[in-house]
Formats: sequence, C-alpha cells, structure tokens
Amino acid sequence: MSIDIETARKVAHLARIKVEEDRLPALAGEFNTILGFIEQLNEVNIDGVEPMTSVTPMRLKRRVDEVTDGGYPEKILKNAPDAREGFFAVPKVVE
Amino acid sequence: MLDHLAFETPKPTRIAGAKEDWELVIGMEVHAQVASNAKLFSGASTAFGAEPNSNVAFVDAAMPGMLPVINEFCVEQAVRTGLGLKARINLFSAFDRKNYFYPDLPQGYQISQLYHPIVGEGEVIVDMGPGVARRVRIERIHLEQDAGKSVHDMDPNMSFVDLNRTGVALMEIVSRPDIRGPEEAAAYVVKMRQILRYLGTCDGNMQNGNLRADVNVSVCRPGDYERYQETQDFAHLGTRCEIKNMNSMRFIQAAIDYEARRQIAILEDGGEVVQETRLYDPDKNETRSMRSKEEAHDYRYFPCPDLLPLEIEQDWVDAIEASLPELPDAKKARFVTVFGLSEYDAGVLTADVEAAHYFEKVAEVGDGKLAANWVINELFGRLKKDDRDITTCPISPEHMGEIIALIKSGDISGKIAKDVFEIAYTSGRAPAEIVETEGMKQVTDTGAIEAAVDAVIADNPAQVEKARANPKLTGWFVGQVMRATGGKANPKAVNEIVAAKLGL
Repeated sequence: MSIDIETARKVAHLARIKVEEDRLPALAGEFNTILGFIEQLNEVNIDGVEPMTSVTPMRLKRRVDEVTDGGYPEKILKNAPDAREGFFAVPKVVE
Repeated sequence: MLDHLAFETPKPTRIAGAKEDWELVIGMEVHAQVASNAKLFSGASTAFGAEPNSNVAFVDAAMPGMLPVINEFCVEQAVRTGLGLKARINLFSAFDRKNYFYPDLPQGYQISQLYHPIVGEGEVIVDMGPGVARRVRIERIHLEQDAGKSVHDMDPNMSFVDLNRTGVALMEIVSRPDIRGPEEAAAYVVKMRQILRYLGTCDGNMQNGNLRADVNVSVCRPGDYERYQETQDFAHLGTRCEIKNMNSMRFIQAAIDYEARRQIAILEDGGEVVQETRLYDPDKNETRSMRSKEEAHDYRYFPCPDLLPLEIEQDWVDAIEASLPELPDAKKARFVTVFGLSEYDAGVLTADVEAAHYFEKVAEVGDGKLAANWVINELFGRLKKDDRDITTCPISPEHMGEIIALIKSGDISGKIAKDVFEIAYTSGRAPAEIVETEGMKQVTDTGAIEAAVDAVIADNPAQVEKARANPKLTGWFVGQVMRATGGKANPKAVNEIVAAKLGL
C-alpha cells in the first residue's frame, strides 16, 4: 500500500488538520515510511497464533454503575476558546 | 406456555408507480439509550435535563491522558436485551474507534463495536393485528457511546455544545431487511420499545431522544424480495437510502412513504437510486440528502487501543437469563389462555409493562374478564380523559380489584359501580368504605323491595290500571322503585316483584 499526495490531503481533511499544500509530499512520504515499517510484520507467519491483546493476561477492568464523577462544568469549560451560559460555543454547524 | 400466538404473515405494502407496481424493503437501526446511572466509560451521571456540561467527566470531554473504564451494568443491560430478543450472546466482543470530526464529539471518534458486537442474531415478532405478525430478524446489537448535543437556535452565528449526553451508553439494534411497509416499520419500533421497557434496559422515551431509529429504505419489483429470501443475495434488492434519526412513529411512516415514492419516480424515469444518507423534514414532508455526511462515511475504524476485548462468562449470561421478566408475547398469550381474554384485549393490556402489572393485580380478585373490561373501558378511558398514564393513576389496583369484587358479590350493580369508581378515582377512598358510608349497597333483601313496590302501587292506582291493560308499562313501576331506592335495588328482583304484585 502506498500513500499518494491525494490520500494525504484527504486524511488531513478528515482529521481537520490544516496541512499546507507544499507540506503534503513530505507528509505522504512519512506515511509511507510508517506503513513500510508495519509491512514488515506481514512477513511473520502467524498461522494458528491467537491475536494478543495484552502483554500480560488481563481481564478488561470494569466499574460499577455508580455516579462518581462529573459536577464540575467550570473545569470542563476552562480551556474552551469560547464558552457561554455553560455551553461550548463553536462556529455555527447546521445540517 | 406458548412463546407467542400462532400468526399469519402480513402482505407487503405495494405502491403503484406510473408504470408498474413496486414493493418496499426496509431495515432498521434502532438506537436505544441504555438505562443506567452512569455512562458507558465514565462515572458521570446519565440524568436527563441537567445543567449544560455538568454531567461530564474528564474522560467524556476527552481530556488528554484520560482512559475509559467500562460500566459492567451497561454490558449486563446489552446482554439482557439480546436474551430478550432471543439472540446469540457473544462471550467475546471488542471495541473499535469510529473516527469522524464533529463539534459534539470531543474524542474525534466514537467507541463502538464494528467487528465483534456483543450480541448476534435474534428476532422480533411484530404484531400487525390479531393473528397477523411479521417475524423480523435481528442481525446484531452493539454497545457504543452517544454523542453530545448541539444547540443551534441560541445565537445567530454560533452553535452551543452540551456534552452531558456524550459517552452515555447506546445499544444499536440492527435488523435484517425484513420489514415490508411503513406501518410495519412503525409497529417494529413500537414492539422494540415495548420489549426494551419490559426488560428495563431502555426507558423508550422518544421525546428525549432515548430511542431513535435510522431507516433503510429500498424498492423492488414484486417477486424480487422472495428471490432475495431464497438466496440471501442483496443483488435482488434495490439500492437503499438511509433516513437518519427518526424519533416519531408518525414521521417514520411518512418518511418511508415519501422516500419510496421518490425512488420509484427515479427508477421509472430510467434513473438510478444513489445510496446516501437522507434527512426527513416533517414541515415539508420530504427527505433530502445530507451531503455533509457522505464524506464523513470514511470512518477509518480500528480496534480501540484503550480497551481490552470484553470477555464475559456463560455463567453470568445464564444468571441474567434466569432473571428475565415475562416478555410481551408470553404475557399476551398467558392473558388469553389464563384469563380467557380476546387477543385484542390481551394486546391492549400488555402494550405497556406498567399497565400489564396493574391489570394483573386487579385480576387477583378472580374474574380476569371482568377486570379486563373495567381496566380497559373505565380506567383507561378515565385516564385518557385526564391525559394521565398508568404510572400516575390515582386509583390503586387494590381498590380497582375491590370494585370488581363488590360487583361479583352482588353488593353493587355495574351501574352503581361506575359511581363508586368515580368517587374512588377522585378521592382515593376505599370502594368498600364508599359503598358502606354512602349507602350504595344494592338492596337484594326482597322484603325491602316489596315494601317499596307496595308503596308505589298504592300511590299510583291509575297507573296500575293502565299497566294491567298494557304489561309494557310495568317498566314505569320498575323505574319508580329504582328511584325510590336510590338505584340500589337489584333490578332483576324489582322486575320480578313488580310483575308478581301487578298480577301479570
């Protein structure tokens, strides 16, 4: 798999990360280096090997159904570029 | 006990186009908010209507370094829902990230279950009237996070975002394309809501958005659907469009009808239906394309690295199964066989789980049919008049049962019972006490009735002559006696005594 400039532009747009046009070729190149690195894994024979999801055998940690968090809207909004009447205020988005 | 009553399959809806006939094929994705105290991956509250951003934990707001920890009860609720839909429970499931950008999604992705959902194939029997029902197959149920809420009407230039709903657990219940018309689609949502409410896994409140549906609609020529059924090959079906976020039974029907006609017009014109996401506009009664969603469809799913796979044990699933309540189909069948109710009445009484429980308490007095008549006709009618539902019903089922018992014992007539009901309903007093205090007890003592009849005869000699000549006039005497006894005399006894005394 190879990432061209068009794909790099699309991925940047989907993530809403602004990338200047002249930076796209370098970005596509970096993607390809990463993918090439990952590609090496395909050389390993994994027939009959169970996927490993954790380095130690662990069970997904659960919580009980109790309200133990929240109640601090001022902290949640503290870093917001704009907030009004307890809401985050963002540029208008309407379908 | 019957699982459900035997049924016939309804006919699919057929729409006549300008050139030929068409049939509808519909699949649904129901998003049901899990009834829980805390969110799926955080300890913040799920309560509706709180101050904006007050039910938000740092993990919900996607603050750096925060990690999700799953709420085990939400998993239990999803398993319970699966069992209620007779579905396969997957002991191994896993979470994936569905990536998209939107202001009310601070993580930039929704944690969902694309590749390994917790629940597999099940089914729902959708009632379409006595003896007629559609079996709709469930493809899967997965657990996922809800998004926040955007408010667009508070400022002309800005949208306001509230993250209280962000991270609340949702079950996405996906059906196979087995629904064949607008009415069936609405009935499917009604039945799904009913089952979820019986299970207690979702409150089904559509107004608050706790239950909403995406509807996939396509059209095909008669016969194509049967070919699809034989082969399970979607090539026999038309291209579908998805109508997003419907939260009203009426709008679901209107949107499907509009969308089917739109597709038929395109096809008969020689065009092709484009697979896309559409939005229903109830003001204009039309669906329109949500072009912005199209590009976002590239969700770039991948396994969520913050969460290990969700492994559950069969023993735990068995324990949940053992705790399942009686479900609507079984309850309805039992009401028919045990209480001798019609399927229609049993359907009315089981439509809502609270109402069904209420009825069962009333029926404890022993006459299920009489209890059903009173609950359906008198009580439901009275509640409707007051715009109340069973949860705010002012008369207790015990008192309602007492009225039935008083009728059965002959202490009061059905007519007087309506007065007793009204007093009990408005005052909360006990029916037996009302009958006693207000002196409403039916007089069955023939001595007392005879005395009243004698008095009426003695006072009205002219009427007596007329009645002897024309026996039809005895009704007048019965009326007088009933009036004299305040309606408490047993009408049958009065009739007999009047006839005897007049020598008829």
